[in-house]
Amino acid sequence: MTVYTKTISHLVQMTRKKKKIKYTEKIAYGFIYLMAFLTIFALISIIGYVLIHGVKHMNWEFFTQEPRSMGREGGIFSIIVGTIYLTLVAIGIATPIGIAAAIHLTEYARENKFVKLIRFGIEILAGIPSIIFGLFGFVFFVIFLGFRWSILSGGLTLAMMIFPILIRTTEEALKTVPLSYREGSLALGATKWQTIARVVLPSRASGILTGLILGIGRAVGETAAVILTAGSSLGLPISIFDPARTMSVHLYMLASEGMSKEKTFATASVLIVWILCINFLASMIAQRYVQKTNIEA
Amino acid sequence: MTKDIKIRVRNLNLFYGHFQALVDMNIDIVQNKVTALIGPSGCGKSTFLRTLNRLNDLIQDVKIEGKVLLDGKNIYDDAYDPIELRKRVGMVFQKPNPFPKTIYENVAYGPRIHGIKEKAKLDEIVEKSLRRAALWDEVRHKLDKPALGLSGGQQQRLCIARCLAVEPEVILMDEPTSALDPISTSKVEDLIGELKKDYTIIIVTHNMQQAGRVSDYTSFFLNGEIIETDLTSNIFSKPADKRTEDYITGRFG
Repeated sequence: MTVYTKTISHLVQMTRKKKKIKYTEKIAYGFIYLMAFLTIFALISIIGYVLIHGVKHMNWEFFTQEPRSMGREGGIFSIIVGTIYLTLVAIGIATPIGIAAAIHLTEYARENKFVKLIRFGIEILAGIPSIIFGLFGFVFFVIFLGFRWSILSGGLTLAMMIFPILIRTTEEALKTVPLSYREGSLALGATKWQTIARVVLPSRASGILTGLILGIGRAVGETAAVILTAGSSLGLPISIFDPARTMSVHLYMLASEGMSKEKTFATASVLIVWILCINFLASMIAQRYVQKTNIEA
Repeated sequence: MTKDIKIRVRNLNLFYGHFQALVDMNIDIVQNKVTALIGPSGCGKSTFLRTLNRLNDLIQDVKIEGKVLLDGKNIYDDAYDPIELRKRVGMVFQKPNPFPKTIYENVAYGPRIHGIKEKAKLDEIVEKSLRRAALWDEVRHKLDKPALGLSGGQQQRLCIARCLAVEPEVILMDEPTSALDPISTSKVEDLIGELKKDYTIIIVTHNMQQAGRVSDYTSFFLNGEIIETDLTSNIFSKPADKRTEDYITGRFG
């Protein structure tokens, strides 16, 4: 009799425990699901809000005309040109420096105090607020070197902000190259540089491209440092010594001075579409590259 | 009995820091023959193999003493160019390691880095190398496909083709079939038999039957020393050293 009741109470306890576990499981799952949904929700609502208010004001004139009366009227042609121009200069300066530095750090440098110092410097550089870069660029490039407010000053300043990102992503990518690739190449009589240039780097092209995209993203999104070094001229930049205004700067000016809500949202829409395009393009290139050379990943 | 000695190793010692991995090794490698290196794990077979193309140079804290004479010239002389050496002494690794490139580019890689640019010449080398590696018929229609899409056995034969494309004189094989299935293994073994007409082959293997099947000479390694080297038939029928006999009969290792 007692044995029987014991078994019963034990069974009841077991089921309760099981129920409790099931319950916790459900809560955890629901919480994770909710958080994931929130992230997507935030993204979609921001992009959606901007596009809904902006797309209707985007038309042919907006893309092809220069801004008039401080951006209240006209388009953003010179600003699109300025954005592309400045980004290209910044990326053009940062890419060779960043990739070369990453190659040096992963392939050639031996771990010593000096290399540790460089790594430490890169970490710090990546974490410095952009306004500090802007201030330095203003004092050094704009005034001391006499480049004035220009694409060149802005490009150099942005390059300094981008290349820590590039070094880090490239380094991380290169670290994952298996030793067997290097050995395979060297065993065929390749030099160290041939091995790096023809096997190591191409095998991680998509990883390096990711770093470039992040860099472009930072350059395109920057305002403070750009205003201090490239100025905020509305004119069409031709020479590298001309001042320019990027879309982010334009957006900031329009929004902060409340000049035209329509133009603000239209500019923001162009900026968002622009960044989406760059991302899609890059992942397409990476995809195509990976398909051609590699079936994994 | 006269035979051409391709590689003479004399009093070779190798240290990883303070640890001595290879102890006073002496061996003659006969030209156009297959020499198998057998012995338990960690006895220095792979390390020894890598001294022959100076791939150990890449590891820090390695010290090498003694001589390795390739056609009478010491490859550890300061004047000896390791790049030139590795052109003459090719290597096939334990795990197939094709580059993440197309099949064609994998084979053309070696000739390209050694300065061959003409497309026609490269095409010819690629076809010839793939044929020699008994892979041509399987891949001729998909040369522009990724090499990593091939099966493990095909990848290993591709690596052999890649090695042949540089036209080496010696081929080092580090357990080339240990990652392959039995059918792929027998294909690679047949290939080794074919290749020894033109190349001197040194193969590390854990598989005693494989040593018996493919090699002319066998060398038994133990704890960083070469215990004995002889004709494979002698090693397997009447080994001179008790330790060799114990290993072959499966008493340890």
